[in-house]
Amino acid sequence: MSATKLAMRAGESANLLLRGASVLDPAAGIDARHDIVVRDGKIAELAAPDSAEAGELEVVDAEGLHAFPAFFDPHVHLRTPGQEHKEDIETGARSAAAGGYCGVLAMANTEPPVSEPADVEALLADARVTAAVKVGFLATVTRSMRGEELTEMASLREAGAAGFSDDGLPVRSAGLLRRALQYQRLCGGTIALHEEDPELSGAGVMHEGPVSAVLGLDGVPSISESTMIARDAAIAGYEGGRIHVQHLSAAESVEAVRAAKAAGVQITCEASPHHLCLTDEEVRSLDPHRFKMNPPLRSEADRQALIEGLRDGTIDCIATDHAPHAPEEKEVPYEQAAMGVTGLETAFAALHTHLVLPGTIELGLLVDRLGVAAGFFEVERPSLAPGSEANIALCDLTAQWTVGEDGYESRSSNSWCDGEELTGRILMTLAGGQVAYRLRSFSMGVAA
Amino acid sequence: MRHLLSIEQLSKAEIEAILDRAESFAEVGRRDIKKVPTLRGRTVVTLFYEASTRTSSSFELAAKRLSADLVSVKAAGSSVDKGESLKDTVATLSAYDPAAIVLRHPYAGAAQLVAGWADAAVINAGDGKHEHPSQALLDVYTLRRRLGSLEGKRIWIVGDVLHSRVARSNLIAFKAMGAELTVCGPPALIPRGLDQLGCNVTHSLGDAGEADVVYVLRLQHERMRESFVPSLREYAAHFQIDSRRLGPRQLLMHPGPVNRGVELSGEVIDSPQSLIAEQVAAGLVVRMAILYELLAAGDEEPTPLPGNGRATPIGQPA
Repeated sequence: MSATKLAMRAGESANLLLRGASVLDPAAGIDARHDIVVRDGKIAELAAPDSAEAGELEVVDAEGLHAFPAFFDPHVHLRTPGQEHKEDIETGARSAAAGGYCGVLAMANTEPPVSEPADVEALLADARVTAAVKVGFLATVTRSMRGEELTEMASLREAGAAGFSDDGLPVRSAGLLRRALQYQRLCGGTIALHEEDPELSGAGVMHEGPVSAVLGLDGVPSISESTMIARDAAIAGYEGGRIHVQHLSAAESVEAVRAAKAAGVQITCEASPHHLCLTDEEVRSLDPHRFKMNPPLRSEADRQALIEGLRDGTIDCIATDHAPHAPEEKEVPYEQAAMGVTGLETAFAALHTHLVLPGTIELGLLVDRLGVAAGFFEVERPSLAPGSEANIALCDLTAQWTVGEDGYESRSSNSWCDGEELTGRILMTLAGGQVAYRLRSFSMGVAA
Repeated sequence: MRHLLSIEQLSKAEIEAILDRAESFAEVGRRDIKKVPTLRGRTVVTLFYEASTRTSSSFELAAKRLSADLVSVKAAGSSVDKGESLKDTVATLSAYDPAAIVLRHPYAGAAQLVAGWADAAVINAGDGKHEHPSQALLDVYTLRRRLGSLEGKRIWIVGDVLHSRVARSNLIAFKAMGAELTVCGPPALIPRGLDQLGCNVTHSLGDAGEADVVYVLRLQHERMRESFVPSLREYAAHFQIDSRRLGPRQLLMHPGPVNRGVELSGEVIDSPQSLIAEQVAAGLVVRMAILYELLAAGDEEPTPLPGNGRATPIGQPA
């Protein structure tokens, strides 16, 4: 069976000594202070604090800082090809690196959509020249996302497609999804599903509830998402296929995934930082820059259900659904504005601020859920265990910063936490054994 | 008060201040010369992205009665037709240094956006299905003249609430004035969660006899195609206000334009209980009052007005 391909630009392998970092990698069972020795882009050793010989290594004073396995985002929009005015592979990968990510998977709803093997090859070739972190590309489930016929899934996998998704749109036809799941037995590749019933969503632009009632905005009912999850989980169970449900937003959806898992369906799912931190109350501002996306921000009860799902494992991972848009697509009334917010640069800091600091979830759980998704798409999970490729996010958990104050690495500025003060900042990211990012103000010492 | 974007932004005292001002303009309207010099030399722009008769004509006449220079822009036939964005259109019109921009737009929040872009005072003359604050103010004005106070009065709002900005603004305004609200219509045309605004929700006119005021909303014909209700006939059978359903002591209101024979029968429109014509007349003086409050109330030397002197400036507690 074919394998997922990731690509990033070639560069100098890192040789670093992270002195005295608090190292936390729950999946590898590491939670202690160490000197991290990185040689030739690999984690050579986790030594006792202040014990490792610097030698030729560049020394980073990591006293008081945290080192995590760098994060992996299975759901971003890099807008290439066709919408490079919003983002391209270079800016998107830089944005990911600034957020502590060592790898991302790009969605296929570009212009045109990624439906041909040559498209995947061209994108991987682009990433090999431009990307600061590892980038993989999903292909569409249906040709040009028209929802009518399947793409050449096997050839797409041979070209390196990380999986399949019509994200932005649901696979409307149950019959077609069934065929895709049958074909998956031949070619592999997780099918990632944007779950929404277009009939129930109608012209909806926000969560249906008391807030939409007051604002006079068309609502998207929670059941628009959960009924499609239940349908598709049943099809996947019947065919023995593997599906990944994208951006869960509603309590009913968490319940539908829980039931599917209990029934033995091969299903994983993700939630996005904005759904874990915000509710539809924010939409009262009618600000589409920060608060318009699909699925929409839902009620506090929904948010609590997502957090509970994250805690009990129903929700497997956190994905940003990083969706850059140009200013003119957002400087319009709410109903007319494009859906989507950026999130790569702020995911960790926002979740740390909104969920970890108040004690809602443990730091270890957050770190775990930001990395685990790699495995759902046949990518090796970033790890800090000695011998691993160096994929490290170095973070100051006490640093306070205002989002957007120094601009963004992304080409777009439609961050859902634009202007917000967050606590916890990524200072440095290693991806694929290379230094992918350093915060400008974070100086590197050379003293032993 | 810098802009009038929503009823939600106004306190009861602020609403009353505008209505008191409108009363004084009603006296001006009874004179032979109905014009005052208050806004001489200042420019009012009306920018309408949707069809309108009452709102546009009354704002235009209100500006003229206050001696403002008036520029009326309709989206149809303007550069909007050529794809100009709202932001760019506002920037263009702002070059004329208007004192006020009166905006009607098909989408919620448009007036709020314009308020962020323009130096002018912005008046929301209807934004999508969100709010229509000047309509709510003229409706409160009309009722206040008839009833004295709305405190404890029972007001039923009947019809297509889902698609109605008038319903939203009026619910908030009537409630602020102390009325008890009931909303009545087919289930698909009552937004989910509306009861959390503090109104009763019912799907039957059975108890409508308790209402002091029946406020009927327009039913747009295209709602049939979207299956909100199966047919006009079925809608009329259950929700039309006709002479059987309207008691002699109940007051009838409608924001217009009326679909005769759909939400209202012909005979109640012309009945003595109907306040529809009074609502239209109130529209003029209330919109004069809104322009005055936004543009002239802060002036150091207020233009002397007939009547009982200067009203309390809104934006401050009375």
